[in-house]
Amino acid sequence: MDTSTHQPVQQSVAERLDPHTATTPLGDWVRELCDAPDGGNLLSMTINVIIIIIAICAFSSLTAMVLVWMERKLAGRFQRRLGPTRTGPFGLLQTAADGLKLFLKEGFRPNASDPFTYYLAPLLPLTGAFMVLAVIPFGPSMWIADPELGLIFISAIAGLGVLALLIGSWGSNNKYSLMGGLRAGAQAISYEVSLILCFLLIVLASGETNLLNIVEGQQGNFWNWWIIKLPGAGFIAFIFFIITSTAELNRTPFDTTEAESELTGGFHTEYSGIAFSMFFLAEYVHMFIAAAIGATLFLGGYNAPFEFLPDGWWWLMAKSYAIIFLYIWFRWTFPRLRIDQLMALEWKFLLPLSLINLVFAGILIAMGWIL
Amino acid sequence: MTTPDQHQDTPPQNRPQSRPQNMGAFTPEAQAEDTCTKPSFYAYFIKRPIVGAFSLLTGMGITLKTLCNVTSTVTQEYPENRDTLTMPPAFRGQVIMPHDEEGEHKCTACTLCEKACPNGTISVLPMKNIANKKVLGKYIYRFDQCTLCSLCVEACPFDAIRMGNDFEHATVDKDSLVMVLNEKEGRL
Repeated sequence: MDTSTHQPVQQSVAERLDPHTATTPLGDWVRELCDAPDGGNLLSMTINVIIIIIAICAFSSLTAMVLVWMERKLAGRFQRRLGPTRTGPFGLLQTAADGLKLFLKEGFRPNASDPFTYYLAPLLPLTGAFMVLAVIPFGPSMWIADPELGLIFISAIAGLGVLALLIGSWGSNNKYSLMGGLRAGAQAISYEVSLILCFLLIVLASGETNLLNIVEGQQGNFWNWWIIKLPGAGFIAFIFFIITSTAELNRTPFDTTEAESELTGGFHTEYSGIAFSMFFLAEYVHMFIAAAIGATLFLGGYNAPFEFLPDGWWWLMAKSYAIIFLYIWFRWTFPRLRIDQLMALEWKFLLPLSLINLVFAGILIAMGWIL
Repeated sequence: MTTPDQHQDTPPQNRPQSRPQNMGAFTPEAQAEDTCTKPSFYAYFIKRPIVGAFSLLTGMGITLKTLCNVTSTVTQEYPENRDTLTMPPAFRGQVIMPHDEEGEHKCTACTLCEKACPNGTISVLPMKNIANKKVLGKYIYRFDQCTLCSLCVEACPFDAIRMGNDFEHATVDKDSLVMVLNEKEGRL
C-alpha cells in the first residue's frame, strides 16, 4: 500500500508561505508600532485582539445583511416577484431598514416567562457563531485561531445554537415555543450524527482535523478538492453534508422548528425587537458558517480552482456563496417535511447511507484509489 | 348515545350510516393487502427515494427556470409605470357602461343586473321614448356599496356593462361615488 498517494506532494508547496506562521500586514504593522516585530508584546496582542473582535462583529453583521438581502431578492425572483426595490439601489438597504425598525420596537417580555433564560437565549447563538468564525481559515494568513482539533471544535460548538433555541423556548413559557424548541433539539441530535460522519470522512481522507491542514491538503487544481478527489464518496458526502447542514440550520424543508402554519413562529414566538433580531441575525451568520465549512472541507477552501490563479479569501467567499445559493434555492422550492418524515429521513436513510459511504471511502483510501 | 343493545334492536338497513361502508384498512384482510400502511422494502427504501429525488430535482429545475427568466416577473412598479400600466384581463375595477361612437349604449333597461346585485348597488330607472317603448332613463350605480363581485356583468344578456380597469378611486366626497353610467337619457 502506497501511503503517499493520499497526500500528494505539490511542487509549489515550498514556495508558499507556511499558513500556520503567516501573518497579515495589519498585524505586522501593529507589532511594529508596539516595538515588537516578532512575537509581539502585551500591548500589540491586546490591540490585535480588539481589531479581531471588531472585524468578526463587522463581518457577521455585514454577512447577515447581505444574506438577508440576497434571500429576499432571490425569493422574489423565484416567485416571479422583484423583491425589495424601494430602499436604496436594488433594495440594498432593506436589511438596514428592517434592523432599524427592530431596534426601535418595544422589547416585550411575557409576564409568565423566566427573565434569566428569556434574556440569555438571544445572546447565545451569535456567541457560538463567533467562536466558529474564529477557526475558519479565510485565507492563507486570514485566520484567528488555529487549533489542532479544529473540526472537533466546530462540531462541539455547532450545538450551541440549538441550546439557545431550547433555552429561549423554555424561558418563553409558551407551548408553541416549547414545541418548536423541542423539535429543534430532536432535529439537531438526529442530524448531528450524519453531519459528523461527513466530517469524519474528510478526517479519514486527509488525515487531519486541523482546518488549515485540510485546506492545504487540497492545493492545486479543482480535482484535488475532496468532492472530486475521492471518486464518488466525496460527492455523496457533499450531498449528505448539504442535507444535514440544512437541517442543522433549521431551514426549509427542515424548518419544523419555526413552522409558521403549525407553531406560529416556533421558538421565537414570544421574542420581539432586538431579541428577535439577534436570533434572525444568528440564523444567517450560521448559514454562512455552514457554507464556509462545506467549502473548506469539500471545495478546497481558499484554494483557487486552477493552479495558475492566485489563492485567497475571495475563493472561499465565492464557494460559500454558491452553497448559500443552494440553501436559498432549496428553501424556495421544497415543501416542509413533517416531523416524522424528518426523523425517518435521518435514521432510515441518511445515517445508514453515511456509514456505508464512510466504509466505501475507507476502502478507497486504503486501496489508494484516489485521484 | 346509543347503547349496543339499542343498536341491535334496529334492523341493519335502518342503522345510521355515519361511517363509510368500506372499512378499508380496518379489516384484517385489507390490512394484510394494504400497501399504504405497510409498504414493502422495495417501495419504501429503494423506489421512494429515487422517485422523490427526481421529483425534487424537477421542482428545482422549475424554480431555476423562473429565476433565470427575467421577463416572467409579474410585479408592476405602480407609481412609476402609471402611464404604461396594463391590467390583467380578469381585473375587476368599477362597473362601466361602454358607449359606441354615436354615444349609444346597449342597455335595454331589463333590470336583470339590478336583480342580480346582492347589495342594491344598481338602480335601473326606465323611461318611455316617443314610440312608447321602455328604454333606459338613468342607470344609477352606487360605487360606495359595490363589492366588485361582477354578478351584474354576468347577468347582463346584452353585454351592456362590464368591469373596468380603473382602480384609483380614493375620494373625500362620498356622494361622488354615486354615479349615472349612461351618458344620455332615453333612446329613439
